Amino acid sequence: MESLYARDIYGKTLIELGKKDLRVVVLDADLSGSTRTALFGREYPDRFFNFGVAEQNMMAAAAGLASCGKIVFASTFAMFATARVMDQVRNSICYNNFNVKIVASHAGITVGEDGSSHQALEDINLLRAIPQLRIIVPCDAWETRDAIFAAYETEGPFYIRMGRAKIPTIEQKKKFKVGKGYVIEEGEDLAIIACGIMMNESLEANKLLKKEGVSATVVNMHTIKPIDEDLIVDIAKKHKKIMVCEEHQVIGGLYSAVCEVLARKCPTLIERVGIEDSFGQSGSPKELMDFYGLSSSGIAKKAQKFIRQHS
Amino acid sequence: MDRKIKFLKKKATEIRRLIVQMLAKAGSGHPGGSLSSTDIITCLFFAVMRHTPSDPQWSDRDRFHLSKGHCCPALYAALSLCGYFPKKELWNLRQLGAMLQGHPDRRTPGVEVASGSLGQGLSVALGMALAGKVDKKDWRIYCLMGDGEIQEGNIWEAAMAAAHFKLDNLCGVVDYNHFQIDGRTEEIMNLEPLVNKWESFGWHVVQCDGHNIEELLEAFDEAKAIKFKPTVIIAHTVKGKGVSFMEHVVDFHGRAPTAQEKDIALKELDEIEKIEETKGKK
Repeated sequence: MESLYARDIYGKTLIELGKKDLRVVVLDADLSGSTRTALFGREYPDRFFNFGVAEQNMMAAAAGLASCGKIVFASTFAMFATARVMDQVRNSICYNNFNVKIVASHAGITVGEDGSSHQALEDINLLRAIPQLRIIVPCDAWETRDAIFAAYETEGPFYIRMGRAKIPTIEQKKKFKVGKGYVIEEGEDLAIIACGIMMNESLEANKLLKKEGVSATVVNMHTIKPIDEDLIVDIAKKHKKIMVCEEHQVIGGLYSAVCEVLARKCPTLIERVGIEDSFGQSGSPKELMDFYGLSSSGIAKKAQKFIRQHS
Repeated sequence: MDRKIKFLKKKATEIRRLIVQMLAKAGSGHPGGSLSSTDIITCLFFAVMRHTPSDPQWSDRDRFHLSKGHCCPALYAALSLCGYFPKKELWNLRQLGAMLQGHPDRRTPGVEVASGSLGQGLSVALGMALAGKVDKKDWRIYCLMGDGEIQEGNIWEAAMAAAHFKLDNLCGVVDYNHFQIDGRTEEIMNLEPLVNKWESFGWHVVQCDGHNIEELLEAFDEAKAIKFKPTVIIAHTVKGKGVSFMEHVVDFHGRAPTAQEKDIALKELDEIEKIEETKGKK
């Protein structure tokens, strides 16, 4: 199975965009090697600006650049692209509906050894309440590329979330469209709605479930905002049991978004796999995924229990 | 030159009248800083900046960003007098659905970027300045900051970066009226030594009397001539300038004048204008 760094593809995609459109400018805050914006910087130094360790300045300056017609990609780690700069993102970027695409790397628990201070687990929650902002959590490197292109082509602000680790390529992907999730596998006993690296974990979990004689419909919900309400209701009607999997706090992320839709439009039994309102810690990505119950075995176990409890 | 100065002084008084009137009508807002920044804004919109009110999006225009967004009444008055929108809009300030929001908003022709949350404006202006450099354009960016506002750390991130990027197309102005909501800046959070701060961040610093039109125009000329570094004008001003009972009074940072106070203020501003006219005749 192919496994790639989403950020490698991000850097390369930026170069493509930079070549075809002079309006594209790229900003970073001293993490350009890690986020891979440095690739763009080497190719187009006149349109690349490193702000040093000053994310607030970078985000508000992104707004200024966008006000002059630039299409701005601003990158840093998810922790510093959200919590640290909420006010700048809300007031300078989103309120003005500017063409600023915040592409953050190193999101989630799989940051690993750096530990809690660098594991952004609340970023989606923080941003989800801001009007006009679209939020995308791609499931692999190639969907990241699709999301970057979609963000480039769509007027207005975006938040695109990438991880640090290599991510397996999902073979069964369908055509990417902002705000439109899709069924990636059909099953019988419940539906799993996932995003980001949890897509692969969910598909792996489904393999484990099938060995036990049960199966899940697996949904790729790459866009957290605007959430695909129709698909969620459709899936809920068919399956009666829904489990949401995300590498994020269970408060305010994809699980919350799905609950909000179902509570209003189609009350349904629901379970979740995510970080249960706690901070992370140091460890290898694999160890952390296991410890917090996010890996395929954890998902399968929880799914089995969920099905048994309500059969 | 004298005619130009006289014209600008007249415009400034006109703007002050409108500030008092629109705030009294709105029943809320920030007169103190609006009045202290009036002469700066007057010079920019009626003498310094290259702009076309009939075509607010003209790509080669000089840009203005009001980082101290709460002082938008001064900006709104200037924009309406320039012809960006009809004067009658001023009387809807802060009303539901109004084009003139409580803080600057892009629905208003002439407003480049919304503001209001302090400390972000110099970064926004820096972004504009970078865009100008990328496109090799000669337009300039003026960013008006409050003195209390520059207590925000974000301002100093921008200050460091503007010098680093050698943004000589960027001119900051600090409306140094020595008051913030809670009291005197010296007591709440001292800004001094302010000139040294900007200089040590790599800026060219010009100081002037922020109510002296000649000095302001000279300062803006000097800023234009400085190459390879940004310039900040520290404009020494008086909070509430032009209305005796508002001058140096912290209460009028964020309180609108009553109807009665408005009438007294307008009378005072008429007096000021008369005195100026007599001076001109001598």
